[in-house]
Formats: sequence, structure tokens, C-alpha cells
Amino acid sequence: MGEKKLEVLSVLVNNNYGVLTRISSLFGRRGYNIDSLTVSNTDDPAISRITITVQGDPHEVEQIVAQTLKLEEVREINVLKPLHSVMREIVLVKVRANAQNRSQIREVAEIYKASVVDLSPTSMIIELTGKPTKINAFIRVMEEFDIVEMCRTGITAMPRNNVEEIIRG
Amino acid sequence: MEISGAEIIVNTLIDQGVDTIFGYPGGAVLNIYDALYDYEDEIRHIMTSHEQGAAHAADGYARSTGKTGVVLATSGPGATNLVTGIATAFMDSIPMVCLTGNVAQPLIGKDSFQEIYITGITMPITKHNFVVRDVSELANVIREAFRIANTGRKGPVLIDIPKDVTAAKWTYEKRDPVSVKPKPFTDRAAIRTVADVINEAKRPVIYAGGGVTSGNAHMALRALIQKASIPACNTIMGIGILGCEDELSMGMVGMHGRVSTNYAIENADLVLAIGVRFSDRVALNTGHYAPHAKIVHIDIDASEIGKNVAVDYDLVGDVQSILQSLLPHIEAQERRPWVAQINTWRELDYKPADDDNSIRPHQVVRTIAEIAGEQAIIVTDVGQHQMWAAQYCGRTEPRSFLTSGGLGTMGYGYGAAIGAKVANPDRPVVLITGDGSFHMNMNECPTAVSCGLNLITVVMNNKALGMPRQWQHYLYNDRYACSDFIRATDYVKLAEAFGAEGYRCTNIGDFRAAFETASKSAKPVIIECVIDPNEQVLPMIPAGGTIEDLILE
Repeated sequence: MGEKKLEVLSVLVNNNYGVLTRISSLFGRRGYNIDSLTVSNTDDPAISRITITVQGDPHEVEQIVAQTLKLEEVREINVLKPLHSVMREIVLVKVRANAQNRSQIREVAEIYKASVVDLSPTSMIIELTGKPTKINAFIRVMEEFDIVEMCRTGITAMPRNNVEEIIRG
Repeated sequence: MEISGAEIIVNTLIDQGVDTIFGYPGGAVLNIYDALYDYEDEIRHIMTSHEQGAAHAADGYARSTGKTGVVLATSGPGATNLVTGIATAFMDSIPMVCLTGNVAQPLIGKDSFQEIYITGITMPITKHNFVVRDVSELANVIREAFRIANTGRKGPVLIDIPKDVTAAKWTYEKRDPVSVKPKPFTDRAAIRTVADVINEAKRPVIYAGGGVTSGNAHMALRALIQKASIPACNTIMGIGILGCEDELSMGMVGMHGRVSTNYAIENADLVLAIGVRFSDRVALNTGHYAPHAKIVHIDIDASEIGKNVAVDYDLVGDVQSILQSLLPHIEAQERRPWVAQINTWRELDYKPADDDNSIRPHQVVRTIAEIAGEQAIIVTDVGQHQMWAAQYCGRTEPRSFLTSGGLGTMGYGYGAAIGAKVANPDRPVVLITGDGSFHMNMNECPTAVSCGLNLITVVMNNKALGMPRQWQHYLYNDRYACSDFIRATDYVKLAEAFGAEGYRCTNIGDFRAAFETASKSAKPVIIECVIDPNEQVLPMIPAGGTIEDLILE
């Protein structure tokens, strides 16, 4: 067994009723852990892209891909390599903020090119888009303030070109 | 011309070559039954006592013929009653198309009478399932279901059809079934690599299973075994594929497999795993499976490669095509020292003693095999009797031993036997069952009576739930919690009450006579064999164990 790693699978599926349930049912049944999952439209209305982040050693990931490919609704799976793909995530962080620390929080946000999207007398909401590693780093800094709520979208991703490691069902 | 959805269903089934379906009517499928009424000459409908029996019957029909089994049930409880039958077929990769009615679409989602979300329930136990929301999709969905059930690794597909869809009208065009012929295997380099590995092996063993049956590859397998003199064993799902017992045919492997066979795997330098999935009843301890062997895995399902046991080489594709491609590259060899070594291990095999004053399980199975003959289809339920049947049934052709191998469904047998007998009216069909399993689905005996099937049921009655009791004996210090039955079932009267014939036997001579009489009957027959509750299935390697943990007494 190799080391457990975070892997990002980009799964193209038929945009049919219940397709997400089929994927999550399979993962539940086989005991695979989903870190994050996003569903998005593609340029073809008949096809959706499901981006799944899973934890697993290479053997487990191979099994996950092989089992997922058996679903009738799955067209292809792309195991995304961080170097050869674009991965983005959005995070919304609501922190307690008042007149004293407001500008300090804004400064941190500016360094990360995050934007303040809401401001109230007692809190502010900051939005950041970026690679998962950048989001992680930003959250670590924000934890120095008082985080009230936080919400991450999960990864949405796309290979830089379409030539490598596409596994078709 | 426009016809109703119900008529479209019946016409599409006929075009797919379906001549028999198993089912049970109810409100949501009355439109379909009304259409079936007009096509009685083309499609025979077998009505069971319970939808579970219908699902197992469709499964038994499919296993014994290789065709797709079709079952029809109503919404709600009709659909949920199919679940065990569908899961049984799914675990053993049996092609089935299951049609369920549902309430009309305006009632869906309202917790209407007999409404259930059966596609949600069956998602993990089908290859795929459909809800047909528009009558215009109906014919194509059914065609697609047959294609999916029979493509690649086979399995059940469910189609849920709301009642308004079966009432709505649409045009129907006759269309032939799509070809599901498997793709030929073309990776020549991989074939040569594996052929070299086989040619160099000194102590190879073939471990073959249900994939050989469903891939129709038993003749190709036998040719390989003979040419290269590779001793071969089979899983319970692969009973019959090796043909007659001989030096190279080592019988069943695994938890209750032969001692010599398990020794062969333990000492092999190459295991050729063909149409198998290294289940926990065969690769009991995956960390210690065939410790000295390289493993080659040949299977149609890529997700089986490396799933349970890491393998050194794999060939993924149609098993028949792969074996046929391999054969020309395989050197003819005799491998005398290895075959001789296995022969010496055979002396360690468990050999139960006969006893003519009582009924010993191995004698029951051997007597059945002898009288019913090679042509007979043997069906089992699940438990001790299933293992005894597997060990001593001596089947020489695939599709002649029907058993729930993967799910282990007690109550599978009676329905499956009905399906097998309906599909093979000229062959003897014998259900070997235990008193535990028999009580689960004996309600299908009336189905056999109404269809006039000469189906022989042999109940090995040890007044106990034998397999749990056996585990309690070896692993729980004889603490027999809830495994002894206090029942007063009179099997002879029961058979007669259902309109069948019944016999009770307490020694093997009586059993032989009763079975011979039963074989000539026109009716279903139930024969009760009284056996000792302390009869064990031997040999046994407990779950998770190795050959070191072998139990022989």
C-alpha cells in the first residue's frame, strides 16, 4: 500500500436524473471517502462534469476509478495531475470585525487578492477564489481572527489539455 | 399505428426473444397484464406465490439457459419483494431484466398507495436502472436494458414504469435485438507475456469460476488445461466447467474446498485466475493467498483486477477470446512431477464414511447425482446442504448447478428450481435444500404444482440451522444460540396439502427408493431426509484462515 494522497477526479457523466445519487451511492457502498464533490454544467447540455476529491493510496484510487467507470452514466474519468490541470475553489469567510480590526482584516485580504463582499457593524464576509493550497493558506491566516462561519465550494477543475490519462467507460 | 405502452412492453420483449416471464400482478401493472392476455401464445407468464420467488425463478431461468431472465412485479411491496432476488443475481452476475410498475406520475412523490422509490432502493444492486417517464422512450429503454444486462460483466437491470406510461399510446416499430457479441481480445504482446509465464511455470494451478460459464469459455479452458497439463480447480460458481473428474480436475477450492486443492494453491508457483474475483470464501486470507505464486488474472471486469488480491499480470476482456488467443502460444507439457505431487496430496482429502443405517449427506448427494444423471440440473439453497451438494454433485457441464454463491440467499432454491425446470422441461431438476432454507420459500411449491412441474425437492432435515450451528460448534464452544429448530413440520402432509407428493426417509436405502419413485412422478415431490444435526461440512478452513487452520474432524 502506498501513501494516502488527495486525488482529484474529473468525471464526465450523462446529465440524467439521479446521476449524482448513483455516484454517491457507489462511494457509500464501497466505503470511499469523498473530500469534496462539485457538479457543474459543461458546454454540452447532455453532459455534466462532477469533480470529486478523494483520499486514497494509488491502489484505492485505481479501484475508485475502475468502479466508477462501470456506472452506465459515466462517460470518462480524468485523474487530474496538479501540474497539468487548473483547479479552483471559492471560499466565503465571515469574521467578527469591528472598527478596530476592520482595516487589519482588509490588509490580509488584499495580500491574498480576496475581496470584501459584505460588511456589517460586527462582521465582514471575504471571498477568495484560488487553488486549494492558496485557500488553505488564507484560512490559516484568517483563523487568527474570529471566524464566525466559513463555506468552501470544493474543487472544480479542468485538465490543461485533453490528451493525458483519460479513461473511458 | 399507435399502441399502448403496455403493448409496447410486450412487443419489445417478444422482439428481444423473450418467451417466458415470471411475475405477480397488482394495481400498477394491470395494464401490462391486460396486454399479456392478448399475447398468451407468445409469452408464457409464470405466476409465483411471492415476488421473491418470481425473481429467483427468472434468475434460475437465466443461469440454466444463458438467456436473460425477465420478472414483472407491481409497485410498492411487489417491487420491494424483488430486492433479494435482484441482489442475488447481481452478486453472481446473472443477466436479468426486472420490470416494476409504479403509481401514475401525478401520484409520484405523494406517498401514494403502494408507491415506492424502487430505483433508489435498487441502485446498488443493479448494473443500471431506469424510470420511464414518457411512453416514447419505453421501447428503447427496454432494448437498452437487455443490452446492458448482457454486455461485459452481466447483471440485472431494473425498469420502473409508472402506470400512466403503460396507458399512454405511441407508435411501435419492430427492431431486432442489438448484438452483444463480446469484443475479441487483441493485445498480442500481453498474450505472449502471459503465455511465456505459463510455459515457464513448474507448478501452475488454474483457479476458474463463474466468469468461464457466463463467458461460454469452458471448452477453451479445458483445451488449455489438457494441452499444458495444468491442474485446475473451480469455485462454487464454476461447478461443471472442468468436465469429468480426472487427474487435472481438482474440484472445488476454498473454505470447504478439497484439501489437495488448497495445498496445490498454497504450493503453486503460478495461479491462473480465470473468471473469478478472489472472494473471501476462496482467498480466505488475502495477505497469505498463494504465497509462492505469481498470479495472472483473466476477467472481463477491469475493476476486479487487484481488488482483493494484488496480481502480477492481468488480461481484461472476453474470457473465451483470451483463452483462444493464448492456446497457440502454450507449449504442450506433461508436468508429471507436479501432477504426481498433487496426487499424493489427494490422499489427505477428506473421505466421509458411508453408513447404510442412517442418511449421511454425501450419500444423499451422490445418490441424487447417480439416479438423476449427468443431464440433471441441481439447484441448492444456502447452508450446509449447499456445500455438501457442491462437494459431491459431480456436475460435468456448466449451467447444471445453480446456487446463490455471492449473496448466499437462503430461500433462493425453490424459485430458481422452478425457473430452471420451466426452461428445461426435459431435464431432471433437483432442489437440494435444508430445513432452514426450505421454510423460507416453500410457498413456491404450489407454483410448481400449478405448472405441473416434476421438480424433486430433497430436504436435508437436521432440525437445525446447520451452518451457524457448525460455526457455533467449532468457534463458539458449542453454544447453540438459536440454531436448533423446534418445529413440527410434517413434510409428507405438507407436500400433499400443496398437491405435491411427499416422502420421509431415515436410511439411505429408503431414500434411493423414494428418489427413484419421485423421478417417475408427474408432480412435484418433496423428500425429507432425516440427518444427524452433528454432521459437519468438512474440510473447513475458518474465515480469514490459511491451510494451517484446516479442520478435518
